[in-house]
Amino acid sequence: MARLNLWRWGVLGLAGLYFLLPLAASVVFTVDVPGQGITFDAYTRIVSTDGFTSSLLLSLELAAATIAVVLLLMVPAMVALRLGAPRLRPVVEVVCSLPLVVPPIAFVAGLGTVLKWGPEHLSRTPLFQTFVAIQNPDFPVVLVLAYVVMALPFVYRALDAGLRAVDVRTLVEAARSCGAGWPQALVRAVLPNLRGALLNASFLTLALVLGEFTVAQLLGFRPFAVWIVNVSGSQAQLSVAVSVLSLLVTWVLLLALAGVGGRTRTTSRG
Amino acid sequence: MTVTTTQKAATVEFRGLRREFGPTVALDGLDLTVRPGELLALLGPSGCGKTTALRMLAGFEHPDSGAVLVDGEDVTRVPAHRRDAGMVFQSYSLFPHLDAVDNVAFGLRMRKVRTVERRSRAAELLELVGLTDQGGRYPHQLSGGQQQRVALARALALRPRVLLLDEPLSALDAKVRLTLREEIRRLQLELGITTLFVTHDQEEALSMADQVAVMHAGRLEQCAAPAELYARPATPFVAEFVGTMSRLPGRLTGGEVEVLGQRLPVDGPVAAGPEVDVLVRPEAIGVRADDEGDARVIATSFLGAAVRVTVRLADGTEAKADLPAHEATGLGAGAAVRVSLPRRPVLVAERTA
Ligand SMILES: Nc1ncnc2c1ncn2[C@@H]1O[C@H](COP(=O)(O)OP(=O)(O)OP(=O)(O)O)[C@@H](O)[C@H]1O
Ligand SMILES: [Mg+2]
Repeated sequence: MARLNLWRWGVLGLAGLYFLLPLAASVVFTVDVPGQGITFDAYTRIVSTDGFTSSLLLSLELAAATIAVVLLLMVPAMVALRLGAPRLRPVVEVVCSLPLVVPPIAFVAGLGTVLKWGPEHLSRTPLFQTFVAIQNPDFPVVLVLAYVVMALPFVYRALDAGLRAVDVRTLVEAARSCGAGWPQALVRAVLPNLRGALLNASFLTLALVLGEFTVAQLLGFRPFAVWIVNVSGSQAQLSVAVSVLSLLVTWVLLLALAGVGGRTRTTSRG
Repeated sequence: MTVTTTQKAATVEFRGLRREFGPTVALDGLDLTVRPGELLALLGPSGCGKTTALRMLAGFEHPDSGAVLVDGEDVTRVPAHRRDAGMVFQSYSLFPHLDAVDNVAFGLRMRKVRTVERRSRAAELLELVGLTDQGGRYPHQLSGGQQQRVALARALALRPRVLLLDEPLSALDAKVRLTLREEIRRLQLELGITTLFVTHDQEEALSMADQVAVMHAGRLEQCAAPAELYARPATPFVAEFVGTMSRLPGRLTGGEVEVLGQRLPVDGPVAAGPEVDVLVRPEAIGVRADDEGDARVIATSFLGAAVRVTVRLADGTEAKADLPAHEATGLGAGAAVRVSLPRRPVLVAERTA
């Protein structure tokens, strides 16, 4: 037993080193400037650099929109799938996993072609305006659409695990025999018991959207990840500081999300 | 208590209910009537369609043909949440995210009853099922029996016209099952609510119900009061499903049947003969130690007040007899015995083997 414990600690320590060493090295590199001692200059420069706030905000807005759309799409669909057509599950699973197989670069190439083709051929129809609107650089709806597709595999898996853990049919039927209509049964009886799964799905989507670079860059938008790459090209210290900062931002957001999700648990009564 | 009064009890009628799931026929023309305020037990082997019938009354399942009537009104097309039927499920079905009080109050919340009012009513209902001080607990903090009590309170919260219980006790251990079934019966009588109780435990059905409906392969075999069902089963299936029955080979001659060397009158319709099986309850069979006897005891099991003796007759058929414990002393396995029947009319069925 003691031997086993030793092994466990050993493995844990090695894994910790593997993850933390580069991180620590990065942090040291950014704050310990040769000849100046410890300074947080690199970080203050980031915040004052042009585009930091706007790109971060854009990324957050995109993430919020993506989470909302993907959950509104997937939760009712998956509950219906469980209750009504369990035999279709493998089909939906495969469809939802496709984005994992198609590389983003191929995805964005296809998307780009459509976006170019559309306005040329539809210039005389109202659809032209639609194409313009979804590419509005202030809030590129097309990115939300792309991210929804890219998040499908993760959201599907998170929700599927959550749905497996509760007896959806019995919950819905119990709610209905208590006089709840379909929407009420879903919102009042099923969703509260999927909180963990919804939170997981939101986590994964948030992380995906904050870190996504390929699609945004190739379609010519400037969310946080693209901004980081653009700004960090010139100065070594700044670029590393930016990576550390983006890591911190993601962590803080995930913790905030967990905090919100955890708090509602105790206040959900009434 | 104020909570207990429901509106006038309802009549429930199933008319020619039929339902197929692909190749399996779950209900094959079920006709059944439950009188107001009655507790009817739906009894039958696994897969005979009991749950399907109940779910049709609850509105979770729709018949291919036939109708469900409550108080003479066709409710077949009414959606589940407007059926006015409280249901307790076989599996634990409390909402895991709500405590006991909120579970019970769930239906009232759907009806937009004010918070104060619904909490006080939920508390009353919890008191009714004997869980006064467990209101703040979540389902995972309650035992199985307590969970089913809360589920019962929840089902009663909206003062439903019918109460549906789908094997509510099957997941509980024997002792809890016994007390809870008495309690359900007490509550049901107190509220005077029309109740359908699904079970495959015949003892449960016989001890609780006003009427027992025995189902077999999607059809009703017999619906009668427990005592009548036991004493005068209408079909051989009922005879063998309810209680224990031994089949003894007999021969029809005239209006009588010859069995174990005795001639006995036949009860009920006479099966096509002449070779028939005579159906007898274990308590009707007499077993006497007799060295000349051609039957052998093959096993005995102690049931408390009685001893169940399994006997093999000369022709190889086995019969089960219940004897008072003092008569069974000395009847070990292998003992030679003589088997007899009292001079009373017997049930006969067509020979199966
Ligand atoms: N949703 C369904 N899909 C397919 N077959 C079903 C479905 N529901 C029930 N059946 C079939 O219909 C038949 C009757 O089922 P039902 O659940 O009514 O039986 P039951 O009498 O309640 O049995 P048990 O005592 O085991 O609960 C069974 O053969 C079952 O397999
Ligand atoms: Mg059943």
